[in-house]
Amino acid sequence: MDVKIKIDNLRVYFEKNEILKGIKINIAKNMITGFMGPAGSGKSTLISIINRMIDFEDNVKIEGRVLIDDINILDKEINPVSLRRRIGTVFAVPIPLQRSIFENIAYGPRLKGINDKIELFKIVSDSLKKAFLWDEVKDRLDMSATKLSGGQQQRLCLARTLVLKPEIILLDEPCSGLDPISTAKIEEALSELKKEYTIVLVSNNTKQIARISDYSAFFYLGELIEYGTTEKVFTNPSQKKTEDYISGKFG
Amino acid sequence: MVHMNRWVSIREKIVKNTLTVFALSSLLFLFLIFIFILIEGLPLFLKVGLKNIIFGFKWAPTKGYFGIFPMIISSFLVTFGALIIGAPLGLSCAIYLAEYSGKRLKMILKPALELLAGIPSVVYGFLGVIYIVPIVREYLGGSGFSLISTSIVLGIMILPTIISISFDSIMSVPRSYREGSYAMGATKWQTIFKVVLPAARSGILASFILGMGRAIGETMAVIMIAGNALKIPTNITDPLRTLTGNIALELAYATGDHRLGLFSTGIVLLIIIMALNYLANFGIKRRI
Ligand SMILES: Nc1ncnc2c1ncn2[C@@H]1O[C@H](COP(=O)(O)OP(=O)(O)O)[C@@H](O)[C@H]1O
Ligand SMILES: [Mg+2]
Repeated sequence: MDVKIKIDNLRVYFEKNEILKGIKINIAKNMITGFMGPAGSGKSTLISIINRMIDFEDNVKIEGRVLIDDINILDKEINPVSLRRRIGTVFAVPIPLQRSIFENIAYGPRLKGINDKIELFKIVSDSLKKAFLWDEVKDRLDMSATKLSGGQQQRLCLARTLVLKPEIILLDEPCSGLDPISTAKIEEALSELKKEYTIVLVSNNTKQIARISDYSAFFYLGELIEYGTTEKVFTNPSQKKTEDYISGKFG
Repeated sequence: MVHMNRWVSIREKIVKNTLTVFALSSLLFLFLIFIFILIEGLPLFLKVGLKNIIFGFKWAPTKGYFGIFPMIISSFLVTFGALIIGAPLGLSCAIYLAEYSGKRLKMILKPALELLAGIPSVVYGFLGVIYIVPIVREYLGGSGFSLISTSIVLGIMILPTIISISFDSIMSVPRSYREGSYAMGATKWQTIFKVVLPAARSGILASFILGMGRAIGETMAVIMIAGNALKIPTNITDPLRTLTGNIALELAYATGDHRLGLFSTGIVLLIIIMALNYLANFGIKRRI
């Protein structure tokens, strides 16, 4: 497989607690990789390492390497702001800015200095289409984004991420608060988007992982228990723990 | 069990009724103050005329002139002057405290600010007379007792109000707002400027308005530094007299209509301060 992110013996400590215990995983380019595992197994922490949001935490110690296209992004030389322009993140709870739909998506491009109305409109409408939201909002781009439904807000956040043209999209339980129809729309968008992007999807819904991811990883208490193609992990897991988790015996 | 329940419910009633009495009596005091000032001050408005008081230029109460227009203007001038100095300083300080300073510095600076708020205003006035007035006299001319000196001292006096309320409203912006912005590749300053401050806008505005309320009501420091001249200042180095200064300076010896004139000054002041408080509350409510 074509590796986009290579995580090499990653250890993360909060205070004295080891939260990630020597994670080794290669994440494939232009694929969807699903992360699953019970709450507290370190999935969100791993995401925040990849996008360097971990920088905002106090008392963290990180060991190991995270290579994106063979460059260690944990290196002191790496500027986290420009890194985050290459890595989009969608969080569990969609938090639109208190601005219009249009301005929410134009926020990122404006930060990069794009201010031309026509160009902005083009990239905003493009990313709304890619996030499967365009048809629902095209007539009311000036409306405050906070008035959208939860499912629409989450797709707005996806569009807001896409507009930055990232290489990687990280989604941390993006559907946890959404109804089945909105969830289906997000899944549809993701399956379409993987042609252009490397996608990491954290989900507590194993069925969702089975449905749309190409590779699946199972985390438990800070360790990577199982990793492989989704088909292999779900039909023939090598670890008893994985089987128990997938069949719903714990979690 | 039955007995205990009855006792508990009686005790609850006693607590509730006592609190109600206290709460109502503090409201009553407020109401009485208001009524008292109105009763004392209103007759003069009827006698001399609203226009001659509020828009009158001449204040010579023993000769029947009760114009307080210069003082109204002066009160607003020092208040805006204080805001011009205190708002940028206070807001920067609040942003620094909330977003940049470490936990330990926060723990030292917050109580220091509260201490600053507790310094009696006569001390501010005293320091103003000793340090600021001579500097203004030296470098800008005039006697030094002036609009600019008063604005500087008031600007410093309202800092704690502006800083602590702005700080609280910046801190109450949810962390997730910031994360959303950072995740889109914003720098820290872009996030503060484009996401945090707009979200905290109404609280920051309220802090400015409450700061103005503090400045316009300040008396002791003002009479020590303002020079108290009875005219509208045309220059930042001119002396001036505020509404509060007028009352404090003359109340001790005023009798008859003169005394009533001071009550009229009080009514005008009260209305201005109530309007400011109303505005500030309006701002705070919109946030919730
Ligand atoms: N900021 C933090 N400080 C201390 N411990 C944390 C912090 N964030 C997460 N943890 C701990 O790290 C562990 C993994 O959390 P997390 O990565 O959120 O797991 P997941 O996303 O899989 O539910 C949990 O035990 C959690 O308590
Ligand atoms: Mg999580």
